Amino acid sequence: MRDVAIVSYAQTPYVASETKRNEVEMLMPVLSEAVDKSGIPRREIGFTCSGSTDYLAGQSFSFVAAVDAIGAWPPICESHVEMDGAWAFYEAWIKIQCGEADSALVFSFGRASMGDLPSVLTLQLDPYVLQPLHPDAISLAALQARALLDAGLGSEREWAEVAARCRRDAKDNPDALVKGDVDVEALLAEPNVVSPLREHTLPPVTDGAAAMVIAAGDVARKVCEKPVWVRGLDHRVDPHSPGLRDLTLAPSAKLAGEKAGAASKPLDLAELHTPFAPQEGILRRALALGDDVRINPSGGPLAANPMMVAGLARLGEAARQLWTGKGERALAHATQGPCLQQNLVCILEVA
Amino acid sequence: MSEEQKTVKAIDGPTRLEYRYSPGRASTRFLRGMEQKKILGQKCVGCGRVYVPPRGACARCGLPTEEEVEVQDTGTIVTFTIVRVPSQNIEIELPYCAASILLDGADIPFTALLRDVPVETVRLGMRVQGVWKPDAELGPSFDNIDHFTALDEPDVPFEKFQEHL
Ligand SMILES: [Zn+2]
Repeated sequence: MRDVAIVSYAQTPYVASETKRNEVEMLMPVLSEAVDKSGIPRREIGFTCSGSTDYLAGQSFSFVAAVDAIGAWPPICESHVEMDGAWAFYEAWIKIQCGEADSALVFSFGRASMGDLPSVLTLQLDPYVLQPLHPDAISLAALQARALLDAGLGSEREWAEVAARCRRDAKDNPDALVKGDVDVEALLAEPNVVSPLREHTLPPVTDGAAAMVIAAGDVARKVCEKPVWVRGLDHRVDPHSPGLRDLTLAPSAKLAGEKAGAASKPLDLAELHTPFAPQEGILRRALALGDDVRINPSGGPLAANPMMVAGLARLGEAARQLWTGKGERALAHATQGPCLQQNLVCILEVA
Repeated sequence: MSEEQKTVKAIDGPTRLEYRYSPGRASTRFLRGMEQKKILGQKCVGCGRVYVPPRGACARCGLPTEEEVEVQDTGTIVTFTIVRVPSQNIEIELPYCAASILLDGADIPFTALLRDVPVETVRLGMRVQGVWKPDAELGPSFDNIDHFTALDEPDVPFEKFQEHL
């Protein structure tokens, strides 16, 4: 295996609705910042990979238009995944492992505010038996939350405490969208949106973009003072149909965590892609995270959940924590699909 | 096989999603110009290429196209195709010409409909001009130019536009 490290990261401030700039206009400053900070000249970056979905903008091939933001001349080696940017990161890592590139630019973007996100996400379900019933993303998460309550594996108070902690931690993150000190009792007094989920347990619809440069050992050491090394990376998938799963568990997250070597040494922090507050407990158990591991110090997806970006942002936020001396070993997690169906785990270290 | 056991070969899955589209800075300025029958391109801060319609970035440089440049509604055909087969949602009489047109002052061509010209006479380098909709029908839309038609001017030699295909 080749050593690969994150050498730079940039993201937009996350907003509820980006109406002034289109995707390309949103991406350009973020791409420039990530490339400039990396110290690798743009033309020398060996591979570029993006993650996004056309359903957010309702425009076919919008990911091709986004290539305008890169400046792909002379022609570059480029790829795209119809997934969160964390999976674009995975593809770029593979490309470097295969020796086909020594560095890569990874980015993702989304303006989910232009459509009705919970309905858009319904289209990721199987089109024959489940999608025609049109269960939206919030309703499916509510089924998962209900299963947790029934199994005694969570409580509404626990979820409110998670939300309050995330908003409090987000105060230190200039890019976060939902932040501040809130009273748990006040959160519990909110009405249900979809029982048993209240507003504070839901991800804010968020627009934004993020970009990252990763590089192989020698290149990373040359350009970066403190490379954030990828010590383990794995992603796994549970059955597509939520009806085939025990929704209180995330076996694919557990397996990905084991394969990535999460437990081989103590972790200082974990950035978990938990769009819904009840999912934090599921992942804590699946990844065997003890109370001494700080969860989502950036505020996490409850503070900003840019669709298709939030997974890549977990990697970026974990790297930022390590760059600023908040720890030496971090776990970054990304998810896709309904109810934590697909899970990616990455172990990052600065030592 | 009985009627009940027939294999299902297809199902209808009606889907409807609604969007509140916002075009961004560059396209907004372009569309506001179109309302006034002005074609506003944008120039790359790096290479100086003028994009019409602009999307905010130079695809070659990855840099913003910040300087606004008004271009003409006259231009040159840099490539074209003659459409002879019908397709859904297009109600134009066959055959017709879809032309890639480089407006005077622009560096990037776009595709538009050419009308009132016998298709067998269409050629590269042919000079054309936009035909605008009546003033009462103008809106923030590129459709304000209903179609293009031939201009009575000498053809432009290939060498003059070969960099703009
Ligand atoms: Zn340029």
